[in-house]
Amino acid sequence: MTATPVLDQRPLTDLDPWRGFATGPWCDHIDVRDFIQRTYKPYDGDAGFLAGPTARTTRLWAQLTEMFPREREFGVYDIDTATPGSITSHGPGYIDRELEIVVGLQTDAPLKRAMMPNGGWKMVKDALDAYGYEADPRVREIFTKYRKTHNDGVFDAYTPQVLAARKSGLITGLPDAYGRGRIIGDYRRVPLYGVQRLIEAKQADHHALDAKPSTEDVIRSREEIAEQIRALKDLLTMAASYGFDISGPAGTAREAVQWLYFAYLAATRDQNGAAMSLGRTSTFLDVYLERDLADGTLTESEAQELVDDLVVKLRIIRFLRTPAYDALFSGDPTWVTESIGGIGTDGRSLVTKTSFRYLQTLYNLGPAPEPNLTVFWSPALPEGFKRFCAQVSLDTSAIQYESDELMRPRWGDDTAIACCVSPMAVGKSMQFFGARVNLAKTLLYAVNGGRDEVSGAQVGPAGPVLEGDRLTYDEVRARLDSMMDWLARTYVDALNIIHFMHDKYAYERLEMALHDSHVHRTMACGIAGLSVAADSLSAIKYATVRPVRDERGLVVDYETEGDYPTYGNDDDRVDAIAVELVEAFIEKVRQQPTYRNAEHTQSVLTITSNVVYGKATGNTPDGRRAGEPFAPGANPMNGRDRHGIMAAVLSVAKIPFDSARDGVSLTTTVTPAGLGRTRPEQIDNLVSVLDGYVASAGFHMNVNVLDRETLIDAMAHPENYPQLTIRVSGYAVNFVRLTPEQQRDVVNRTFHGGL
Amino acid sequence: MTTLTMPGSSRAAPGTAAGPGTVTGSVHSWDISTGQDGPGLRFVLFTSGCPLACAYCHNPDTQMMRNGTPTTADEVLTRIHRYRSLLGGSGGVTISGGEPLLQPEFTEAVLKGAKAMGLHTALDTSGALGDRASDELLEAADLVLLDIKSINPVLYRDLTRGPLMPTLRFSERLAALDKRVWVRFVLVPGWTDAPEHVERLARHIAALGNVERVDVLGYHTLGREKYAELGLEDRLARVPAATREQVDAARAIFAAAGLNAP
Repeated sequence: MTATPVLDQRPLTDLDPWRGFATGPWCDHIDVRDFIQRTYKPYDGDAGFLAGPTARTTRLWAQLTEMFPREREFGVYDIDTATPGSITSHGPGYIDRELEIVVGLQTDAPLKRAMMPNGGWKMVKDALDAYGYEADPRVREIFTKYRKTHNDGVFDAYTPQVLAARKSGLITGLPDAYGRGRIIGDYRRVPLYGVQRLIEAKQADHHALDAKPSTEDVIRSREEIAEQIRALKDLLTMAASYGFDISGPAGTAREAVQWLYFAYLAATRDQNGAAMSLGRTSTFLDVYLERDLADGTLTESEAQELVDDLVVKLRIIRFLRTPAYDALFSGDPTWVTESIGGIGTDGRSLVTKTSFRYLQTLYNLGPAPEPNLTVFWSPALPEGFKRFCAQVSLDTSAIQYESDELMRPRWGDDTAIACCVSPMAVGKSMQFFGARVNLAKTLLYAVNGGRDEVSGAQVGPAGPVLEGDRLTYDEVRARLDSMMDWLARTYVDALNIIHFMHDKYAYERLEMALHDSHVHRTMACGIAGLSVAADSLSAIKYATVRPVRDERGLVVDYETEGDYPTYGNDDDRVDAIAVELVEAFIEKVRQQPTYRNAEHTQSVLTITSNVVYGKATGNTPDGRRAGEPFAPGANPMNGRDRHGIMAAVLSVAKIPFDSARDGVSLTTTVTPAGLGRTRPEQIDNLVSVLDGYVASAGFHMNVNVLDRETLIDAMAHPENYPQLTIRVSGYAVNFVRLTPEQQRDVVNRTFHGGL
Repeated sequence: MTTLTMPGSSRAAPGTAAGPGTVTGSVHSWDISTGQDGPGLRFVLFTSGCPLACAYCHNPDTQMMRNGTPTTADEVLTRIHRYRSLLGGSGGVTISGGEPLLQPEFTEAVLKGAKAMGLHTALDTSGALGDRASDELLEAADLVLLDIKSINPVLYRDLTRGPLMPTLRFSERLAALDKRVWVRFVLVPGWTDAPEHVERLARHIAALGNVERVDVLGYHTLGREKYAELGLEDRLARVPAATREQVDAARAIFAAAGLNAP
């Protein structure tokens, strides 16, 4: 359905939209970075200028928060079962038209979710069933009879080996039934250039292919660019339904926020991507906000109100997913990741007042997991900003930090994080999301000749079960090596199939329209259970580990005698094992051919699936019992890091970034007292920890500042903690929305505290 | 218990000390942390052995010297050297315990070595063995974290099984040396919170003139499990944790005496 455009909002101004902006190459071709570099004003002051919420913002947010309890109780607020989502599928929708200064919803009502069946009908059907809805029969017929989905395509091409590894939980979380996500459109292009200019640039790219011979690659490129142009036209139509003509550039800050949000909104109407990240928008928007502030057409309170309203909208992005998916990922994450701060290649800080304004939303609206605010940390950041970040972490536990020092030299200073820890140059690179393999289970397969320690099924290449009454490091490591060879082959096979089919059946037409036509692609592999595998190998190497076999002849338990070093204590003996595992696996992955010649990368990230991975994995030689959770991401195992927060993070910082360029995730929890006696001390000390970690080549850190008692109380009285936010693994969640199992896992983690 | 030994480093046997670097101490553990043991990010060395037996000791496993791991000062300094850039900003090195002055030669060697690396150094002590600290040892400590458990000698003995006077004498010696001192006072409800005792303590500290701050730490019950595990009698088993209000009331008394009690 397309509403009749009512162009009552334009023009807000007759002025040249680029007035006052320093000109440069960005004027002649699409180059948002160049625009930012020439126009932005670094801010090195403190947070004193910030404004609180306006009464309007508070009223609007209150209207929404009244709707959340029902959504929490039933899993969804509402679902549109008749109209599959697309950029233009739904007419305008409002929370409260009188109160909104930034408009646009994914469907025609807030929190109403759309079906997006291109990823797979099964995901849609299972979700509808679970929440007690039924699809319109016509829609069901279309997607089961006439329109093939990504999910159908994948299962046409999966090999028996992939299916077996997938079933046993050795490879999991694969985006084979839903949108792969982790693609960031450069949404800033829309306000800066207007959609018409972007269409023309894409048309030129299409024409540039005219003279090329029509090989498979060229045909695909032509079709993709044509789809991108169609998506941009849909974006115009969608904006027009709200009464906006966004064919030209935004002329004011309010327009810039609105244009940018429309672009992002269109992406979330087009794709149910696992992670739909926003990019790096604060310093871009700052240019517009500062121009209007200087002109006297905007006050600080109004500037903050615009940012607050944008963030209100980002907080209600919703996708239709199954309860099983939500259980895996703890709540209902959308990974609207926004990257803030960092230093430019010219040495100037990229922190602006709007970097502060984005963080201020955590006060004005209260803490929340989304958008996933991500600070690009460098010891060279201005002190005022560092201290404000630390203060916000102390107060809300809602932000994560990633090393600008590691990203800037590799991707430049216009890099953003997709999802949790995946860096990419905005509008210039994308990734093929590959979830992860279970490294701890792989180790058990190595011992058991490829048989699953739980089911007994032969999943990996068949070999004899390890003999003898004591495990030796050399033998186990050699067996693990061949098992990892096989795993890497099977894994990249699966990913190639998935991304071939995703491009074919669920192409991200709008997000890719906001990329350069030539993009760099990465094949983002991942590993889980690193600390379990490293500690297990350390036990085998430095202590005595005896296998315990069951009646099937499989090794199902381990008796470990003696001391051995554990990962998380800055002890090189075991940290070197972790490093070596990471390096070995990426080397094996790199030997596999990839779809579209994507660059092989790897992450050490579990999201919250450390709990389900643990559930699917038997006893391990490090003494972890069957079914117990793994540590999240690259974390040390709970309670095994015994030398304080810094020693723990230094172990993690040893993992070489170039072997894990898709990110290495660390989640820390420190008690307020563990940071110092007084608030200024706590702020100073958190800044020192972050400076020290980044200077030691650490990449990512989730910082929770919490007492265990608070969490235990929140488990007992969730009604008192509706906004209690904690960082889990590359993102944040509402603590009270975690499953009891996940809550216990969080409570049992190491709290670095002062006594 | 993990040792400080660095991979590849050789361990000198206890009792074979030849020079200051090879002085062997009994070490409980170490960590790199923030928060409680002096300013900034610190390497904290916990020595084993303490002459006192404080009722509220939250590390009762550090009381016995023989439970520690023999470690040379060189081994400790090698590890500190590894972290010197992390500790070099606003942080530093703290030697704590146990009671570090039970092993004055070892403590002195560690403090001197850390100072020679340009690091800020702190000594965390009850002062009970203050007489054993040479002027040279104190010279190597930029800051002394001094625990004064109570100003009342009877109560002090009840709490710690030791005498108060050596601690007071030590506090006066530090004042005479014009050493930077942070006093720590643990507020145990029903034991150390009598306002008249807190006031007397505040007057004593204020008269010293060299105490930069007083940290009032509320007694907490998190150490209780350790007592059970170690089979030790927990003499404070019935004492509740200090409340925020009780801690604030004590802080107010120190502040009224003109002290900085943040």
